[in-house]
Amino acid sequence: MSNLKKINDFVVRFANVNGTGSASANALFTKAVFRMGVPVTPKNIFPSNIQGLPTWYEARVSEKGYLGRREGVDLMVAVNPQSIKKDYADVKPGGYFLYDSSKPLPPGYDRTDITHIPIPLMTLCNAEFTDARQRQLFKNIIYIGALSALLDIEFSVLEGLISDQFKGKEKLIEPNIRALNIGVSYARENFECPLDIRVERRDLLGDKILFGGNSACALGAIYAGATVAAWYPITPSTSVVDAFASYAKKYRVDAETGKNNYAIVQAEDELAAIGMVMGAMWNGARAFTATSGPGVSLMQEFLGLGYFAEVPTVLIDVQRTGPSTGMPTRTQQSDLLSAAYASHGDTKHVLLLPASSKECFELTAAAFDLTERLQTPVIVMTDLDLGMNDHVTEPLVWDDSWNWDRGKLLSAKHLEKIYAAMAKTNGSNGSNGNGEAPLPGNIELDALTNDNAAPAPPLEQFRGKFGRYLDIDEDGIPYRTLPGIHATKGAFVTRGSSRDEYAAYTEDSEAYVRNMARLLKKWETAKELVPQPVFYPSDKGQGTGDTKSGFNSSPNAGVIFFGTSTDSALESLELLEADGIHLDAMRPRAFPFGKAFRDFVDAHDRIFVIEQNRDAQFKSLMMIELGIDASKLISVLNYDGMPITADNIYRQILRHFS
Amino acid sequence: MTYVRSTFRHPALPKNELGYTVDYYEGSLSTLCAGCGHDSINASIVQACWELNIEPHKVAKMSGIGCSSKSPAYFLSNSHGFNSVHGRMPSVTTGANLANRDLIYFGVSGDGDTASIGMGQFVHAARRNLKMVYLVMNNGCYGLTKGQDSATADVGSKSKSGSVNLFQAIDLAGLAIELGATFVAQSFSGDKEQLVPLLKAAMRHNGFAFLNVISPCVTFNNNVGSTKSYDYVREHVEATSTVDFVPLMREITATYEAGSVSDLTMHDGSLIRLKKLAKDWDPFERLSAMHAVHAARQRDEILTGLLFIDPESTDLHSMINTSERPLNSLPLAELCPGSAALDEINKRSR
Repeated sequence: MSNLKKINDFVVRFANVNGTGSASANALFTKAVFRMGVPVTPKNIFPSNIQGLPTWYEARVSEKGYLGRREGVDLMVAVNPQSIKKDYADVKPGGYFLYDSSKPLPPGYDRTDITHIPIPLMTLCNAEFTDARQRQLFKNIIYIGALSALLDIEFSVLEGLISDQFKGKEKLIEPNIRALNIGVSYARENFECPLDIRVERRDLLGDKILFGGNSACALGAIYAGATVAAWYPITPSTSVVDAFASYAKKYRVDAETGKNNYAIVQAEDELAAIGMVMGAMWNGARAFTATSGPGVSLMQEFLGLGYFAEVPTVLIDVQRTGPSTGMPTRTQQSDLLSAAYASHGDTKHVLLLPASSKECFELTAAAFDLTERLQTPVIVMTDLDLGMNDHVTEPLVWDDSWNWDRGKLLSAKHLEKIYAAMAKTNGSNGSNGNGEAPLPGNIELDALTNDNAAPAPPLEQFRGKFGRYLDIDEDGIPYRTLPGIHATKGAFVTRGSSRDEYAAYTEDSEAYVRNMARLLKKWETAKELVPQPVFYPSDKGQGTGDTKSGFNSSPNAGVIFFGTSTDSALESLELLEADGIHLDAMRPRAFPFGKAFRDFVDAHDRIFVIEQNRDAQFKSLMMIELGIDASKLISVLNYDGMPITADNIYRQILRHFS
Repeated sequence: MTYVRSTFRHPALPKNELGYTVDYYEGSLSTLCAGCGHDSINASIVQACWELNIEPHKVAKMSGIGCSSKSPAYFLSNSHGFNSVHGRMPSVTTGANLANRDLIYFGVSGDGDTASIGMGQFVHAARRNLKMVYLVMNNGCYGLTKGQDSATADVGSKSKSGSVNLFQAIDLAGLAIELGATFVAQSFSGDKEQLVPLLKAAMRHNGFAFLNVISPCVTFNNNVGSTKSYDYVREHVEATSTVDFVPLMREITATYEAGSVSDLTMHDGSLIRLKKLAKDWDPFERLSAMHAVHAARQRDEILTGLLFIDPESTDLHSMINTSERPLNSLPLAELCPGSAALDEINKRSR
């Protein structure tokens, strides 16, 4: 048995029982490593269950800053008898097996290639604490204490975390510290501390933060000015709205009146949730909903309405493992096609693909501008891995000079000007009634439309009459008015049935085709408006021969990945570099794909497409939208519900170069 | 339907307090069948809005799918409308209302749109006491798909083709009372005198105002044996009260004694004078109203009038403590916490 010395480079897995308070204890471990300046990536691997089933928490510590999941467990903390057999087998040769030795291990637990660390957690805990709940909770804290001795985690860091956590509930600090100390003492007295795997203080994180994707999405919605959230509970998206509610409570309650500058409604189902969002957006409030795959299925009908009737909508899809109920608490990137082409008829939708918590914040905020600018649904595609885990990410940044883009909204004054032009030519006031004394427009709504980053509309192009679906700017995006904006002008009926440029119902084929063609033109406009891809040109390759592109891969192949495949993909590129395979990479951040995306594909002979689903859905999008020959695209897939690893990607790509 | 509309207007048409004649409240030309009950209801809506001096741009017309849901195009052409998807009008209206609490939300639905595909959304809008008018144009059948029975067709009611409905009817007014709706009325498309004051009261109600209006389908469900035909409805209507927004209730049977009179102050200060006609029924008592509705069904009577009202109703916004200013009018500066707050969040996340 030889333990390799690994400083800041190992994986700890905690095997717990769901509902026993292990989550906060395990998070304490992660935060302690983080506060010692060492990159750390936690993953919750939990069951679809409230209490009693096995749950795991895995933390990868990486001096090199690799943030993807890594295969193999160096140290197992086994406190769940239900899963202990598998947990025992999962420890890497040379690794460590920490277990609750209050009861002896059954026969057969006799591996000689690992080190056993027996700690009588239950006995120690019961000797110190009498309350049943405390006995359950502090057992977890005791093993964290033991780990601090075994892995050389600074005790003062743990103390600091405990006192931060219980600010306002100070009497809970002392028993927590006591429990930590029990673990520390037992480990020091019984084992040689620290182990060969350990944490050493570094300064590798700068001003980075540890933040979850769902909270970041919620914060993006708060900062972009969302006032209405409608939702139906579903794992793993629930915490998006939970976080929105707690941020709203903090930042959105009027200090003078005590009234809420927001509204959150728990809807009766996902259909209603997105219907509420569309109603609110149609009426000029920024609104969003969050759901997962099954919810996206239910929202298809409304997404089609949003596309065709051109109603802004923000939907956050925190993807989980499908199809159907699938594995509700496991991750996947498998809603791409159902989201991109949601609903019957010719529809397509804008998708945003954040890869970090920081991007969850930024792209959710951007989604509101995009959806109002484009007047079409925008879907933020995150996943369980990104949403429900904490991630090391760059600090969130906000530019206070930012102004929202409410898109092409006409104010009451705009409408007056449009019709004034007609009055000049026709001698009429343009109103379709007999209101000799037109009522003033809605002052507050006018202020809203004026408080808009959008440029002034070319009103003369309307030729004296507002037409909701006129393509005034020839970018496929029409101008809209909000209900209540003007007493006599600008009203129209929004509908999911075919209509002409003036919003009148029509079954005229030519009018229908004009409208559908305009929507396609809008799609073209979207391509360059959405966040553009990030490129990672290989700096060690021999060049692709295309000097213009700046791509440099050798052999000539490119890699495409997005979302939560990013960290592992970047790590796998380094593994390939070590083998002399230097590949350019691109990380798309949105669908539809624009020119930069196309150029990357064209500059490479072969493209590896890394994604976390069975059917190569992203590859399908590339083939459908860009007409790329399937033989050029090589899929690198992972769909077991666990976050993809660098080793997995490395193996799948390497196969093609041997 | 008709293809042309006369442009002639009597020069002496009266004007309301806003200076508008009634035709200003009309919509585009109806494409419904000639004699459709829905068109009569549309005319009542136009009349009610004109009489109430409603500014058309302060109304949002909401609907789902079906003959009924086409209606919003046929009244108030100076109001925005949203003809959404089948059975989903309540959710779209909920969102619209959350965004701007200052408008009147006038939702129009049908018996298919509400009692079948949209039952879930109807139920939940009622229990949230969303401030809106929810009007069901109830004809007991699916018109656009050629007359299939709907869930409000009575057991034993005969369709035009002669088939007999086997299934229990969903009584929408009774259900609304049970769900906690705070204003429940029932009427008949052919009784404009009753319907107009009910509509006016509904638009002034501070909460979910539900109107179930029997509106015969002249094309598919106006035959002998149908319980939603003009003849049947006229024969079986029983008025519970007169509503004194405009005191023009037509009494179907003259046998009722003149009952007690209640004055009811609405949220906005306007007054409803309710003259009770039916015995053993108190429109302020939910249980009593439920009993009256059920008893009438057993007698094969269609109870009409204002069946139940909660004058103390508080709407969704009050319950969730929303800003008095419409959410859609709040400037960015009041919504975005800014970089300093974000720095604080970053600090707490290390």
